[in-house]
Amino acid sequence: MRVEAYERFFMILAALLLVLGIVGIAIGALVAGVHVPSPAGRVDPRTLTTTPPFDQPGLRDLGGGKYEAVVIARAWQFQPDQIEVPVGSTVTFTLATPDVIHGFVLTGTNANVMVIPGQIAQVTARFDRPGEYLWVCHEYCGFGHHQMFGKVVVR
Amino acid sequence: MSATARPQAFAGQGAIAREGIFLAEQLWPIKGQLVLALLGLAIGGIMGLIQALDRIGIVMYKAMLMQTYYQGLTIHGVLLAFLFTFSFNNAFVSLMAIRGFERPLASTFLVQGAFWTMLVGTLLAAYAILTNQATVLFTFYAPMRASSLFYLGAALLVISTLLTALNLVLTRRAWQREHPGERTPLLGFVGVVTYVMWALATVGVVVLVVFFLLPWSLGWLKTTDPQFNRILFWYTGHPIVYFWLMPAYISWYLLVPRQVGGRVFSDSLVRLAFILLLVFSVPTGLHHQYVDPGIPTVMKVVHLFTTFSVVFPSLVTAFTVMAALEDGGRARGGRGLLGWIWKLPWGDPSVTAQLLAMLVFILGGATGIVNASYNLNNVVHNTSFVPGHFHMTVGTAVALSFIGISYWLIPYLTGRELMGRSLALAQAWLWFVGVLLFARGQIAAGLLGEPRRSSIGEAPYRDLIHAGLDNWLTAIGGTLMVISGLIYFIVVLWTVFGGRRLTQPLGIPVAEMRFGARETSPLLDRLGFWFLIAVVLVAIAYIPLILLYLPLQSVSPPIKVY
Repeated sequence: MRVEAYERFFMILAALLLVLGIVGIAIGALVAGVHVPSPAGRVDPRTLTTTPPFDQPGLRDLGGGKYEAVVIARAWQFQPDQIEVPVGSTVTFTLATPDVIHGFVLTGTNANVMVIPGQIAQVTARFDRPGEYLWVCHEYCGFGHHQMFGKVVVR
Repeated sequence: MSATARPQAFAGQGAIAREGIFLAEQLWPIKGQLVLALLGLAIGGIMGLIQALDRIGIVMYKAMLMQTYYQGLTIHGVLLAFLFTFSFNNAFVSLMAIRGFERPLASTFLVQGAFWTMLVGTLLAAYAILTNQATVLFTFYAPMRASSLFYLGAALLVISTLLTALNLVLTRRAWQREHPGERTPLLGFVGVVTYVMWALATVGVVVLVVFFLLPWSLGWLKTTDPQFNRILFWYTGHPIVYFWLMPAYISWYLLVPRQVGGRVFSDSLVRLAFILLLVFSVPTGLHHQYVDPGIPTVMKVVHLFTTFSVVFPSLVTAFTVMAALEDGGRARGGRGLLGWIWKLPWGDPSVTAQLLAMLVFILGGATGIVNASYNLNNVVHNTSFVPGHFHMTVGTAVALSFIGISYWLIPYLTGRELMGRSLALAQAWLWFVGVLLFARGQIAAGLLGEPRRSSIGEAPYRDLIHAGLDNWLTAIGGTLMVISGLIYFIVVLWTVFGGRRLTQPLGIPVAEMRFGARETSPLLDRLGFWFLIAVVLVAIAYIPLILLYLPLQSVSPPIKVY
């Protein structure tokens, strides 16, 4: 096959660019510790509200500045839709839905996860600055979708 | 099949028409699908106005006769992402195959069947959506239930493309029988590769609709597994973007160079790019599901690598197309490092629309790499960054290219001169400026956390995101795109109904090669071999995923929430 010198040069450049991209991602994951959500178990949406920990949604203090927020995402509200933690806290959000697919994005952080019937979704965020952090449902879930949001208040 | 076949004399015929390769009974379904495509673009496009103005609090879906914001959004997505692209692809690629192989399509039954299934599928889906029985957006994720008619309609649209795929493969085979030992003509080859890739890509959505959603919506299945259904959806949902894009590539690679007076760099590089797209397009779906909770992390990493591989042929495209443009610009007297750019025929609306589409695609591709970048996706997933990205790819690189193609295709098919050339030029520039403002707004708002596919105008949290200026840019840019679309349809209708009869027949602009097919390795012409490699890669990307995922979590009955 005939490949011109310019072509070859450009193809090598393109390949290098992509390798560089992968290296950047690897540094992000292995050095900076930015990960994608991993499987956290399954749950039956039809019996969600009687299945621990979703039978008692809310904030749990795990000690040492660590918290777990158990949140039910349903059409069209988060339950609870507001939590309060002190500055410096690390919060793991454990989410599930009893109905359709929802989403969870916490603005100003890397926490972003789909909430899919049958699956438990889990993401973690650390709050080093005081303020209000908005979270919203980011998957279409019916005509009230845009009403679904919540807040983390950091004091 | 071709017993009654006769050459059709239609106005605007090129020299090839007289050789009898365009049969009347094959041309009307092609033209018919083009009409369906333009109807989809018109109705789907006008809905975009609702979404654009919604960003600045102007809620107008009721004025547009929609029951909810999301009904309009469903029409926008289904008509533009499925009907417009599928119909245009069927029509355009069939036509290019006839021209490329210099023979009629192998089967008149299949090309007519493609038209009828597209029409019936459109009517079924449109009925379900317009009666608010399918306000499920173009992703129709379970367990949100749509009317069975919607799933059936969507399936028919896919079947229409598969009939076209079969016809193209048969046409290539017929050509090979007629030309033993010769290299397949490039213009025919790239269309066949596009459709063979797509045939492999449809397996996911076909299984999803036939084995899950249709029986589930009819009540034969009580429950389904939403996470597994998403895996099937995105198996098709990523390669579909290459199905949208590759016909535009066909024009960029093989037609635009002729329109600007240049030559294609080499036959082999074009073939290589299309074959790489065939091989790598499909096993990449999980990069749409990086933040799905039920998918093993190791498989997300596997798909990260395959996704980055499929970027490569698009980077090669950037080089080859740019080289052909430079060749044209220099042949027209362009001097210096960049002087050739100004010598390109910017007065030709067909060329200008496609050059601007290419420029926007650079940004569209770059933002796509952000989405594909695994953990970086955490920042942008399902935010308005994503529609910001894909209005630069499918919404411009593809749509504006198709518009540019139609500026020669419609005169070619109707035998009428393109009317309102300066309007058409203004249309292309307006779209270009519009999409840049729109994407700038959507991308910046997305980085601040504004969700996609939400009625921001009605959202109680609208002011908490602090994307006021960005939302204004989105609204202005989107409105400019809709105005550009309206101008486009003025030009089209004026041309079709009031255009002067062409005195000189038009030909399809097909570029010459600097290095032709003779220098291409025979390996690059072996479609079956590359298809097999694609299948193996799909198996590597998906079989371990399914094994790790099983057993199915079938826990969701249908739910209607709209």
